[in-house]
Amino acid sequence: MGVTRLKRTDAVIIGVGWTGSILARELTKAGLKVVALERGKFRTPETDFALPHIRDELKYAVRQELILDPSLETLTLRHEINETALPFRRWGAFMPGMGLGGAGTIWNGMTWRFAPFDHEMRSHIAARYGEGAIAADQTIADWAMRYDELEPFYDRFEKLCGTSGQAGNLRGRLIEGGNIFEGPRQSDYPNPPLTPSRGGELFARAAKNLGYHPYPTPSANLSREYRNPEGAVLNPTIFCGHCDRFGCATNSKASPNSTILPVLLDEPLFELRCDSWVTQIVYDKAARKATGVRYVDTASGEEYEQPADLVLLCAYPFSNTKLLLMSGIGAAYDPATGRGAVGKNYCYQVTGQVPVFLENEEINPFMATGANAMNIDDFNGDNFDHEGLGFSGGALIFASPTHGRPIMGRMTPPGTPRWGRAWKEATAKWYGHAFTIHASGANFAHRHNYLDLDPTYRDKLGNPLVRMTYNFRDNDRKLSAFVTGKAVEIAKAMNPTILGAPMPRRGNFHIVPYQSTHNTGGTIMGADPGTSVVNRYLQHWDADNLFVIGASTFPQNPAPPPTGAVGALSYWTAEAITKRYLAAPGRLV
Amino acid sequence: MVDQPIGRRNFLKGAGAAGTAAAAAMTGGLSACAEGQTPAQQAQQNAPASEPMMTLTPTEAAFLGAAYDTFIPADQYSPSGTDCGMVVYMDRQLAGAWGTGARFYRAGPFLQGKPEQGYQLALTPREFFAAGIAAANDWSRRTYGKDFDRLDPAQREEALKTMDAGKAEFTDFNSKYFFDQLYESAMEGFFADPIYGGNRNKVSWKMVGYPGLPATYASKAAEYRGKKINLPPQSIADLS
Repeated sequence: MGVTRLKRTDAVIIGVGWTGSILARELTKAGLKVVALERGKFRTPETDFALPHIRDELKYAVRQELILDPSLETLTLRHEINETALPFRRWGAFMPGMGLGGAGTIWNGMTWRFAPFDHEMRSHIAARYGEGAIAADQTIADWAMRYDELEPFYDRFEKLCGTSGQAGNLRGRLIEGGNIFEGPRQSDYPNPPLTPSRGGELFARAAKNLGYHPYPTPSANLSREYRNPEGAVLNPTIFCGHCDRFGCATNSKASPNSTILPVLLDEPLFELRCDSWVTQIVYDKAARKATGVRYVDTASGEEYEQPADLVLLCAYPFSNTKLLLMSGIGAAYDPATGRGAVGKNYCYQVTGQVPVFLENEEINPFMATGANAMNIDDFNGDNFDHEGLGFSGGALIFASPTHGRPIMGRMTPPGTPRWGRAWKEATAKWYGHAFTIHASGANFAHRHNYLDLDPTYRDKLGNPLVRMTYNFRDNDRKLSAFVTGKAVEIAKAMNPTILGAPMPRRGNFHIVPYQSTHNTGGTIMGADPGTSVVNRYLQHWDADNLFVIGASTFPQNPAPPPTGAVGALSYWTAEAITKRYLAAPGRLV
Repeated sequence: MVDQPIGRRNFLKGAGAAGTAAAAAMTGGLSACAEGQTPAQQAQQNAPASEPMMTLTPTEAAFLGAAYDTFIPADQYSPSGTDCGMVVYMDRQLAGAWGTGARFYRAGPFLQGKPEQGYQLALTPREFFAAGIAAANDWSRRTYGKDFDRLDPAQREEALKTMDAGKAEFTDFNSKYFFDQLYESAMEGFFADPIYGGNRNKVSWKMVGYPGLPATYASKAAEYRGKKINLPPQSIADLS
């Protein structure tokens, strides 16, 4: 079958989630003609996220209607390099998005900035604790830009989303009730914080009594009506408890679908092609240029080549890594020698939990959004002394139910039978009187945690799946035990009727229980072409006109959710392209 | 699957025996749980049901009914699993896209992995439940001398616990693996929106106090915080 060669365009974008939408918007504003390729379906909130059917827990949360269909593409996993990787036949631990809006459609709306520490992790740890505090197999690295350089772009993303939060550090002035550990922000959140839930309130009170500094989650589920700088209007959240894994029926959750796409779809310079699965970036190795992309129209099976002056790789971290490996752009990472960078420093999120049961408290778990928890940063990053602890990094510790959906959101105290009368009685008794305290911890890069192409298993189009070689390492298990212990301390301070069983991460990484869809790395940023894939403008070292954007560029995964930084990096790169690259195409560093 | 003819005949012959799902399946008609009745009254009214099955064989339906009734016995909180429609739920699930392998990576080779690598069988959910039920009944016959649905409540309880512990020695099948999927199907059927056939009359939502949808608390989030919310649950059908 032949490949149909299409007419050249100024820029082609691979993947239309947060990064693809932001880049498309900024590039069309600069006058570029943009073709955006999304392999999933076209969808709009009016038709696809409409009441009452969108509130179907079985369809969306359990059967994962808006998640990447594993029969099209999945991953394989092995824990160590001498093992055989096997496919994730169903998703469990995490769930990549699919369709117009990508994971940005189905997220919970937690919109953090990473702290200055997170941007300078390696040099900070070495300076405070000595080089010896970083183990030889911890391949952590500093970001390629500092927090204060990225600050205006975090701000832009917050204004796009209408993020509702409480500032804790406004131009150096610390504000009680906000996150006093955050980096200095130049302006306040565009909207006030959400009303905390009862669970969040109880957590915050206990944490405060222990001397910690609770603050509300920066939320992309809005506290009031808001018109963003693109002119899109978002509504206040109704606390319906259907954020993660769902599209928002009330336009209250900032997503590409609610904040940018309505504007882009009316933009003459923007052309969206859904059902378009990119299989290759066409690379002219001699010229060190990407000349376009090849994709398959999944509706017809026809293959196309779309030539473009600029190629923007904006897919999820696994696909960003896969496309570079399949296209032969840059050297694949080799864990034996440490050489090559594509696939290097894959990271995940190291979590821990403890449930609390409070018989005299009405928690109303269903009256929630995905982002109205109360949080502490006292054990995040390097906000506490690590001397003698035997690990680096920390976790965000937070509490509030994010939903009370009954298939997946039920808890019974330890010792309750799993079924029968006693189980029913306990379920009826405790459903409304329990919640979980969570720790979302950093995952340090490790030389044996990486991505490459699987030698055996193939996707629906016959291309290799991405193989993940990944396990929790010593730092991760110690970190999880420590921060879960802190969560237990706060839980006890609530005087719970019953304290649930603490669940730090122990043993091997397990693909079945859901943990977090915060997957990072594989195309990391850096200052050295030998150890990174992209430079500080997320421009590929081996192709000046190829930019790789998203969490795949994080050198390691800090503790808080990544989306705020993904949005900030998108605006950062968009500005580098529109202000500098277009004036003088070439390497920006 | 191994469906022993003798088992089938016994199943049919024993249809009148007390305490079996098969018995329930041969008597009474379908009726939905009604408002304003105790769960026990609802259970009686529901006493089903020669409900037609899309894909489950009578043996499979009897097995699932017996398992679901053990997980969800009739009491003050709800009618039994069968009377809540859970067998109907699972029959529709197995007959539909999910049952036949939708959203499931099915390319080989199929190798045995570590537990942490998750499900690695080639079987679709429909095939998995067919094989699993056959293996469970085979084990039940070897252990108790009869199919699972013919066991008395104490024996059913014991049999499920043995499977849950992975100590039931199924032929060519991991009993813990089967149990986990069986259990998951029960929780899904019992708590899913009634549109799927289980959770008739929103009994599980009433049991826990889940108000369903549309759940608009915007202006009331502060007012309701920490207070009991007593709203009759609304389902997709109520709002369609």
